[in-house]
Amino acid sequence: MGHIVTIAKRELAGYFATPVAYVFILIFLLLASAFTFYLGGFYERGQADLAPFFNFHPWLYLFLIPAISMRLWAEERKSGSVELLLTQPVTLWQAVLGKFFAAWAFTALALALTFPIWITVNYLGSPDNGVIFAAYIGSLLMAGGFLAIGSCMSALTRNQVVAFILAVVACFAFLLAGFPLVLDAFRAWAPQVLIDAIASLSFLTHFEAISKGVLDVRDLLYFFLTMAFFLIATAIILDVRKSE
Amino acid sequence: MIKTERLTKRYESLTAVDGVSFEAHPGEVLGFLGPNGAGKTTTMRMIAGFIAPTEGTASICGHDIEREPLAAKALLGYLPEGAPSYGEMSVRGFLEFIADLRGLSGTTRRNRLDQVTDRLALGSVAAQTIDTLSKGFRRRVGIAQAILHDPPVLILDEPTDGLDPNQKHEVRTLINEMAASKTIVVSTHILEEVEAVCTRAIIIARGLIVADDTPQGLAARSRYHNAVSLRLGRPEQLAAARAALAALPQVESVETDTQGLRLTALPRSGAPLLADVNAVAARDGLALQALELESGRLDEVFRSITA
Repeated sequence: MGHIVTIAKRELAGYFATPVAYVFILIFLLLASAFTFYLGGFYERGQADLAPFFNFHPWLYLFLIPAISMRLWAEERKSGSVELLLTQPVTLWQAVLGKFFAAWAFTALALALTFPIWITVNYLGSPDNGVIFAAYIGSLLMAGGFLAIGSCMSALTRNQVVAFILAVVACFAFLLAGFPLVLDAFRAWAPQVLIDAIASLSFLTHFEAISKGVLDVRDLLYFFLTMAFFLIATAIILDVRKSE
Repeated sequence: MIKTERLTKRYESLTAVDGVSFEAHPGEVLGFLGPNGAGKTTTMRMIAGFIAPTEGTASICGHDIEREPLAAKALLGYLPEGAPSYGEMSVRGFLEFIADLRGLSGTTRRNRLDQVTDRLALGSVAAQTIDTLSKGFRRRVGIAQAILHDPPVLILDEPTDGLDPNQKHEVRTLINEMAASKTIVVSTHILEEVEAVCTRAIIIARGLIVADDTPQGLAARSRYHNAVSLRLGRPEQLAAARAALAALPQVESVETDTQGLRLTALPRSGAPLLADVNAVAARDGLALQALELESGRLDEVFRSITA
């Protein structure tokens, strides 16, 4: 546990050593507000809730999360520091989790900095803060799922741009797993069971349920299992490819 | 100590390391030599637990690197090839991170950090980010990281690459100082380094160990072992001197360097020549400017066994 924290702390400090972290947070906040007020019609709806804010999170994450996750392993492999890290007395697990938690904590920070919108909606009306809290939890979990996918894609390559593109494509597939765009590709040949299984993997469906304030165990479990799956995949890929 | 048994690494089409077995003990500085691509780095990566061997085992002080990786890694200080580190960190921050991973705390942590910073002359750049440092400084940060926890076993992959002659000398002095109590493996392709720091040298070529000997033992394999070189003062004596040396029964051949007026008499199977050559010089009244007994040339041995 100690090593996970040490690695996560170093990683997190690494984000702030360059302007990347500040640029990311700034763009995240700008886009989140722009979507909420212009596309979401925050004022025009006349409702005291944050649905127009949270509805755009999946699409915001689709591009912004891969931008965070792309460097996780690709950069370590390119610079060779992965050899330094993994010949210290740490396990591969501690390294994978430490780096993932750092990226997740960073996303949590960016998400927390959207608090003015929560203050705004409370000033303008009396929203159901329980629903808003649940939606924040759901958003964070979805970010974790995206990050785990991104971590796995980053372990596949030494090139950060490739890692970014792979992560966007993979996240897009997961986001829309329940929609015809993805399902039609399987419908022609796959059995119904498989199609149902794929449809149930959609980030959107699970996130929508949570963001309406319904904290169903199955939805929570879904995001945790997604994270676990892709982090295990990250470790397996690294174990095979770390020295290439 | 380090022990490897039939350590082998195969990739799809190529065998990078092929059945490498050796032992290294405390007090030994083992030089790992070989042409580029011979399998030096792959061998070191397997011993350090970065890549898994296809076959065979490696252990650090009795801890198998695959079965007890954490115990083995804790006893090992490792400088990977190219001395990688985290470029965006400061030197101090980076070493503190390594100290945390190494489980150092309290006064020990502070003392060790101060000692390595001091020993590798990193004090002046402690606050600088590693990316902004020269190659020599970066290499020293890598060495500092490897010796931070005062490990009984050290593996250094090309520790002096990119250093200037003064820094090379510093690093060699450091290795010699640590040699008494530690097991040290140093990979290099600089042959003078082997003579300067190593008590033993292993030469590896195409993944196989082709020689395992002391530097002196290796030098003795050279055609130049016990050869005698002389430099003449008068050019007109060159031809006659050459003929006289070639006529000696123990001389295999004579090499001539006309520009430097230098003759080298190579002995038949390492026989001592110095007395005979001296006698010839006295008899023929050669105007000698220098007379040298050679112990052997490592670069020539290296070429002849790895080519």
